[in-house]
Amino acid sequence: MFSRRAQRTVTNAIFVFACAAATVVALAALGLIMASLLHQGLAGLNADVFTRSTPAPGSQGGLLNAIVGSLMMCALAMAMAVAVGLLAGTWLAEFGGDTPYGHVVRFLNDVLLSAPSILVGLFVYELIVRPLHGFSGFAGAVALALIAAPIVTRTTEDILRLQPNALREAGAALGAARSITIRKIIWRGAGAGLLTGGLLAFARISGETAPLLFTALNNQFFSLDMNAPMPSLPVVIFQFALSPYEEWQKLAWTGALLITVTVLALSILARSLTARKS
Amino acid sequence: MSTSPQPTSVAVPVASHATIDMAGLKEKVTLRNLDFFYGEARALKSINLSLYANKATAFIGPSGCGKSTLLRILNRMYDLYPGQRATGEVLFDGDNLLAPGVDINLLRARIGMVFQKPTPFPMTIYENIAFGIRLYDKLPRSEVDGRVEHALRRAALWEEVKDKLATSGLGLSGGQQQRLCIARTVAVKPEVILFDEPCSALDPISTSKIEELIDELKQDYTIVIVTHNMQQAARVSDFTTFMYLGEMIEFGQTATLFTTPKDKRTQAYITGRFG
Repeated sequence: MFSRRAQRTVTNAIFVFACAAATVVALAALGLIMASLLHQGLAGLNADVFTRSTPAPGSQGGLLNAIVGSLMMCALAMAMAVAVGLLAGTWLAEFGGDTPYGHVVRFLNDVLLSAPSILVGLFVYELIVRPLHGFSGFAGAVALALIAAPIVTRTTEDILRLQPNALREAGAALGAARSITIRKIIWRGAGAGLLTGGLLAFARISGETAPLLFTALNNQFFSLDMNAPMPSLPVVIFQFALSPYEEWQKLAWTGALLITVTVLALSILARSLTARKS
Repeated sequence: MSTSPQPTSVAVPVASHATIDMAGLKEKVTLRNLDFFYGEARALKSINLSLYANKATAFIGPSGCGKSTLLRILNRMYDLYPGQRATGEVLFDGDNLLAPGVDINLLRARIGMVFQKPTPFPMTIYENIAFGIRLYDKLPRSEVDGRVEHALRRAALWEEVKDKLATSGLGLSGGQQQRLCIARTVAVKPEVILFDEPCSALDPISTSKIEELIDELKQDYTIVIVTHNMQQAARVSDFTTFMYLGEMIEFGQTATLFTTPKDKRTQAYITGRFG
């Protein structure tokens, strides 16, 4: 009896230690990344970063064109992804999710969800860049939308399925058509969750580099033209970090810090929205 | 009572101490040879029943006897679910509401429903009521305001919420939420209101409020109520239907059915021997 209890205590202690150690390792990695980002990135963080465009080697500059390019492409991508994902997710949750076709759609969506992002870039390259003979911000946005849409679809379906069926019946019982019940009651009830899904998708694509390499390429100058190559933070970081120029490397660190802080802020916002809901 | 020649229509036992004069009653809803199927399973067997205008009819019976199923046929709620179907006739003011081509949304506006659990919409108290009003009437704001107030007064909720119409309906207590749902139903101006065990999730005080309300609503609406609680059926209804295993065993005036049931099974149930 006693020995068995002792054995259990020891086993328990070992597992608790292992779990704690794993947590520490994970958190330490995150902490180290954040520390080095803050250390290296803060040094270069000044007003120039937000007011001047990327410099030529050996001169001073900022990240304005990359920030604006990233924002424009991500915004356009999210507009496309939300339009498709919200409708697809609603269809899966409310209409055809249990039909054979619905199962196929859900399966393909899951495949797309885990597709390597570089393949998405190559796909859009073949689909848009080659036929139109040029890299463009628009092609970049399409590539990002292809990554965001399955995330929005998935979260939309999950969130809508959590809505109580009683609400659907209550809407119907008042004589509301199904579309009205879904738009005005179910979507409304799921509002915070839907927004969370959108934020997470946005956080995901704001750091994507690979799909932009083949589509938006890059642009050293400030540009609002979606039909021309467009700069973005991830691609600028990729290019500048690999360069031999010290100013460029410094800007790459600052850009990395900006993206990380943005993603972190979005994730925290999404979390707090979900937490307040429940 | 209508002079329908249908032999299937159920005769109401006119006991000597019957309290309701059957001559002055109008049949609002008439069920004829109604069967209902969940897939292949036959859940209701040849139901024949009349629901009278401005009276409350209670459906009682043990769990699984089909009383909620029967209620959900009356506003075709079962249509939301594939594989469920009803055969026979349900005449609503003479028109068969099971017929193809019936505008189901309009039907549900005319036959409202209050559910077992309060189901306020995730919006303000005001919007909860205005939602249904705006579905069918394009009204100026002032008129919507008036209809919202009227509905809340009708549901005996106005005094409690008049100062917080812009707050969420989810913030109300369970009993208040249920009265909000009744107000929401009344606001659409239905002719019949179906109650599906409206008090089973409520405390005794809220329950008595809802029961009083149902009694008042009878003046303007035809009431149908499903209940597990026999005392409740006796308190609020004029007519009672006892159901068992998908069949309608007995229908009669509540006073008669509870004092001198004709069927042994009815007697066994109301005396608490099963269910």
